[in-house]
Amino acid sequence: MDAIFLQILNGLDKGGAYALIALGLTLVFGTLGVVNFAHGAIFMMGAFCAVTLEKILTLSVRVKDESVTFFDAYKETPYLEVWFGETGKAIIDWSVPLSIILAIPVMLLIGIVMERSLIRYFYKRPHAEQILVTFGLAIVLQELVKSFFGANPIPQGAPDIVAGSAAIGAVFGLGESVVYPWWRLIYLAFSLLTIGLVFSFLHFTTYGMVVRAGMADRETVELLGINIERRFTIVFGIAAVVAGLAGVMYTPVLPPDYHLGMDFLVLSFVVVVVGGMGSLPGAVLAGFLLGILQSFSSMTEVKDIFPGIDQIIIYLVAVVILLTRPRGLMGRRGVMES
Amino acid sequence: MTNTKIVSPKQDLLYMAILSVVVLTMPIWLQPFGAAYPDLMQKFMIFGIFAIGYNILFGLTGYLSFGHAAFLGVGSYTAVWSFKLLSMNVIPALIFGTILSGLFALAIGFVSLRRSGIYFSILTLAFAQMSYNLAYSVLTPITNGETGLQLTQGDARVLDRMAGIEADASLPTPNLFGIEGIGYSGFYICAALMLISFFIYLRIFRSPFGLKLRAIKSNQNRMGYTGYNTRPYLMTAFVISGMYAGLAGSLLAVTDPLAGAERMQWTASGEVVLITILGGVGTLIGPLLGAGIIKYFENIFSAFNETVLLNAFSFLPDWLAHPVAAVVGLFVGEGWHLTLGLVFMLIVIFLPGGIMEGISRLARLITNRNKAEPKSGAHENKEKEQASAGEV
Repeated sequence: MDAIFLQILNGLDKGGAYALIALGLTLVFGTLGVVNFAHGAIFMMGAFCAVTLEKILTLSVRVKDESVTFFDAYKETPYLEVWFGETGKAIIDWSVPLSIILAIPVMLLIGIVMERSLIRYFYKRPHAEQILVTFGLAIVLQELVKSFFGANPIPQGAPDIVAGSAAIGAVFGLGESVVYPWWRLIYLAFSLLTIGLVFSFLHFTTYGMVVRAGMADRETVELLGINIERRFTIVFGIAAVVAGLAGVMYTPVLPPDYHLGMDFLVLSFVVVVVGGMGSLPGAVLAGFLLGILQSFSSMTEVKDIFPGIDQIIIYLVAVVILLTRPRGLMGRRGVMES
Repeated sequence: MTNTKIVSPKQDLLYMAILSVVVLTMPIWLQPFGAAYPDLMQKFMIFGIFAIGYNILFGLTGYLSFGHAAFLGVGSYTAVWSFKLLSMNVIPALIFGTILSGLFALAIGFVSLRRSGIYFSILTLAFAQMSYNLAYSVLTPITNGETGLQLTQGDARVLDRMAGIEADASLPTPNLFGIEGIGYSGFYICAALMLISFFIYLRIFRSPFGLKLRAIKSNQNRMGYTGYNTRPYLMTAFVISGMYAGLAGSLLAVTDPLAGAERMQWTASGEVVLITILGGVGTLIGPLLGAGIIKYFENIFSAFNETVLLNAFSFLPDWLAHPVAAVVGLFVGEGWHLTLGLVFMLIVIFLPGGIMEGISRLARLITNRNKAEPKSGAHENKEKEQASAGEV
């Protein structure tokens, strides 16, 4: 029972990341009709926003170490600590959550620049060419990150206060021994919150309503005199922000390296297809579903029966779904039928 | 759409003859480019085979597969197993590698070809990732996991032992009845296979079968209305291209009898897409060109490092040389993939037909200038459309 509970949490947690990336992919696909293979790279760049901020905050100076008295010892101390003492230390400790503030404008900018300078020339071109050009872009972005940050994963710490584990079992009446890392709980809450925000933006604001109208029938909205293209550009930016934030928050869970994006991209595409191309609720549902399936299949009991199932379960599910329910779980009629 | 003009078999023979001469004299005319060493030329040939096989699928039918590396990997593993169990002779290795990846393609194609468009791409991607993940984890007894499958001293090599060939102290190398699989002889083995594959590929291009594949690309529905069941044709194309990939994979194992799972990763599938696009999708010779160019520049660019760059820019004043070298260094050596990605993007954006389209555009530009007769704009546009749909 305890194990199952933990696996569900694990799955929800992983599913959160899948859902956030898949949400952005679907949003872009639904609005612009573009299959964006560079979305994983955006996720990765979000993660590297956190790395960059941490690097900036910990810019260091050599200070004399007072605790060593019998010879002159120096140690690297971040400027922030020199200037602000304990406050500075706290700021550095909180660098990952703080990165969110940095990541929102940066990712929005990256998204909009990307859309205006490249993606918009590909609205009318075949999906194969969209895939290819964004694939090329993904390679470029990932290699740029590699050349600046190196090829090794760069670990990021969560703030000390949430670095430990939560005795989550007690809350659900499962005993004290059932614990779960705080940060991953936060990640889950964060992804639910972000998904909620995106949905309420689309459903409860006029802007979102127009965007949804544009997704359904672009021409009519344009005939009404609305510049739908500009709104779609903003939506692309929002998708980039969502993926970027997913990346920022994921850094304490998994140290980011340059091919993080590619790893997640393939999975998120599978998620999108399982959920149904162009369906936002489908993407979220499939994200969590596949996350849970994956974590269950990595339990030793399951692996003993089907060796290697944890490696392929997602793809297997995708194959089965595509063959039995060609539109995915919640796909609409007429989207990507040809 | 593609290349509707009729080519006589005689012309094709001439074509083959020219290509054979060009390929077989490679060790001579590649000398000035510094690429005339067998290792690299073997790569040209192998990736040429891989790319022309891929072109049968993607170029003719328009089905964008993102999982072809899986077949390459299967070919490699099979070939190494054949070296281990049967014989160091390359013939069984190549035959088994090709056939097994053909069967593998049959299984994957059976499922994937039920869908088209982006779904097909994602299904093939899913299968390739599955194979890759399995090769790393559960199939370790067969694939030897991360270390990669290697030859050892104590391998069975049943046929070799029956023929009385015993391994001496060093590891045996793959050979064709005593002709070594490495060095110049290895290059000629690869070149011969490439030419044979190219001949078959040429025949496929010219055949009614090839025409049907092109018809599928231009309009699959209409194909259906004419009474054709397109699935068997697609299936055949998929299996053939899988077999080409398998052959390429086994040849990789011949040149270096070591098979690793990273050959099956989806970035490897991306590479063959890239080669094909760069050369020219659906063109006859484009994929070969693409393979040559990419492998050549990969080799040249990867060799650069900081010292080489600083030497190259030593004519600049000192304060300028370092920054210039640093910037250029982003694009070469380790950063070669960055250049590749950029070039790839530029090609897709400006020249979707690849290098072949570029050449035909240039050729048209020159012939038009020579004619120098005024044409109506509409006529010219129409001509352009026809031409950009692809030529030889």
